[in-house]
Amino acid sequence: MKELLSSTLAGLGQGSVYALLALGFVIIYKSMRVISFAQPALMLAGAVLVSYLVGPFGFIIAVILGVVGIALLGLGLERTVIRPMVGKPVFVVAIITLGIDIALRVVINGFIGTDVRQVGDPWGFSRVSLLGVTVQERYIAMFLTTAVVITVLFAFFKYTRLGLATRAASYDQETALAQGISVSTVFAMAWAIAGGLAAIAGTFVATGVGVDQQLWIIALKALPAIILGGLDSLGGAVVGGLTIGVVESLIATYQSDFAPWLGDNFSVVSPYVVMLLVLLVKPYGLFGTKEVERV
Amino acid sequence: MTTPTSQRPPGRKPRQLSGRPGLYTSYAQHLRLLNTRPKLVAVGAIVLLALAMPWLVQDRTLSLLALACAASIGAIGLNIVTGYAGQVSLGHAFFLAIGAYTAAALSGDPDGRTIGFGVTNVLVWLLAAGLVAAVFGVLVAPLATRLRGLYLAIVTLGLVFIGEHVFKEWRDLTGGAGVGRPGPVPELFGVTLNKSGDVLTSDQKLYLLMLVCLVVLGILARNLARSKVGRAFAAIRDRDIAASVIGVNLARYKMIAFAVSSFYAGCAGALLYTITGFIEPTSFNLLLSVQYIAMVLIGGVATISGSIMGAFFITLLPALTRELPTVAPFISSDASAPLNVFQVETVLYGLLIIGFLIFEPRGLYGIWTRIRNYWKAWPFSY
Repeated sequence: MKELLSSTLAGLGQGSVYALLALGFVIIYKSMRVISFAQPALMLAGAVLVSYLVGPFGFIIAVILGVVGIALLGLGLERTVIRPMVGKPVFVVAIITLGIDIALRVVINGFIGTDVRQVGDPWGFSRVSLLGVTVQERYIAMFLTTAVVITVLFAFFKYTRLGLATRAASYDQETALAQGISVSTVFAMAWAIAGGLAAIAGTFVATGVGVDQQLWIIALKALPAIILGGLDSLGGAVVGGLTIGVVESLIATYQSDFAPWLGDNFSVVSPYVVMLLVLLVKPYGLFGTKEVERV
Repeated sequence: MTTPTSQRPPGRKPRQLSGRPGLYTSYAQHLRLLNTRPKLVAVGAIVLLALAMPWLVQDRTLSLLALACAASIGAIGLNIVTGYAGQVSLGHAFFLAIGAYTAAALSGDPDGRTIGFGVTNVLVWLLAAGLVAAVFGVLVAPLATRLRGLYLAIVTLGLVFIGEHVFKEWRDLTGGAGVGRPGPVPELFGVTLNKSGDVLTSDQKLYLLMLVCLVVLGILARNLARSKVGRAFAAIRDRDIAASVIGVNLARYKMIAFAVSSFYAGCAGALLYTITGFIEPTSFNLLLSVQYIAMVLIGGVATISGSIMGAFFITLLPALTRELPTVAPFISSDASAPLNVFQVETVLYGLLIIGFLIFEPRGLYGIWTRIRNYWKAWPFSY
């Protein structure tokens, strides 16, 4: 029982990182109808930037500066590469983001080198006992930070003018333009927010284990999360991310006892298996808007 | 669907007017595989030149060209499903792997470390590799009929990760990560193709095998594209709802697209790893899929000749970047140096994809048509 609980808690921690990444994907998707495959590179860039800033500034300031830096990077990418492609088929834009991802990651890898870089977080692998269940401190930090970030984000979309503009633009771009909403500001903001979220996620992924060149693969696990929740649902992204995290953690704990024939490290690919199973039953995810076909 | 020839009025033979190569007097002529004389001459010349290559260039270059031929088959396969039928697939690496392992297992040494059945005949294992991959394509197709666009892209991406895991863990078949297994053994009519003989070296024989496969499969794909099936693919790509309204069975044709595409991928996988002679399970990753996407986009979407151009471009790119240190001394050929050719190569994949999509969406094929049209009208420019 204790094992089950601690595994679930660890899963919730890891899942909240997926939720942050998934929110980035969904925010870009909602504004531009495009999946940005550049998120893994932005996440890696965030972790690397924090690992460089943590020396002179300390962890908290480094994370804030890292978030701002990667948000600016996202903004720059949107302005230079994505903006000329507005109006082109979404597939083309998606593939362009894939190109950005590949090119950017090579540059970032140059800053990582062959060593593992540390982000200098205060938690490391230290554990804490919570109501009799042992859990790593960093998972609790991940969960709490994500809860705060998500609350702020949802409040932003609900209560501010810019948030309202974003919702309007994602509902219908042309009508939003006709109402005097600057859709280009909305696009830019979506990329900046996605970049900032990716930077936070990257830092938390790197807590304890450090930053190496393979870290980016973790960001792709947010894709099963957004499919699970539905591509255009913010709440779905959070639920999907947490679910994927818990499923992955439980499988990592119990698979070797119950299904050893699935091979070592099956938990790493389990999100994709979950995604396939869900799609067979619900093609638009749990909370996604069903596409209405008009002839 | 009636055959195009029956639409020609009786008693009038289509003829080619001299000096008017672009003028068609019948539908059948327009649809013909090589519909103009210059095209016929040019294609013939290219095939002849390609056949003469083994005696013109060194073996090292030849094995690179053989790789490019095999990659072309894979690129044609991806172009069928993504270019012609418009179903975005990031899972091409998975199908390449299925083909490679089917062929390697069939032709492998029965007493070896990994599974092998000792059937070394090229025709047998090549067909089997294609068919097994096609079966997996058919299994994936139901997802494609339920999902559209980017949902499908993500699912096929998941396929690559699941496949990579299975190949890493199934050590009896693949040898496991970091160990690998020998590639398929090619033997045709008693001649072992990957060992040098009295007449031809191994590279020459393998190159000729790849070339013949490419020509046969290329013509088949071109034929498919101009048939009823090809038109159905284009209809689905342009607007799937409209296509189903005019009577195209979406489920059926998406399945055909995936089956044919995977067949080509399977053949390409089997042939590629015949040349390299070694299969490592972690090589079937997302980057491989992206390379094939790059081939299709750089070559030209929904063109067979474009797929071949793109595949040659991407395959020969490493050979070019390896030469970079001689002209640009700040780039190192040492893999551990801060700026090395391997990094330049990967960045180039990304930048080329972005550049072509923004500036020349029709790819190398588009550049070629522009050059052709310029000289067609020369010296009069519009």
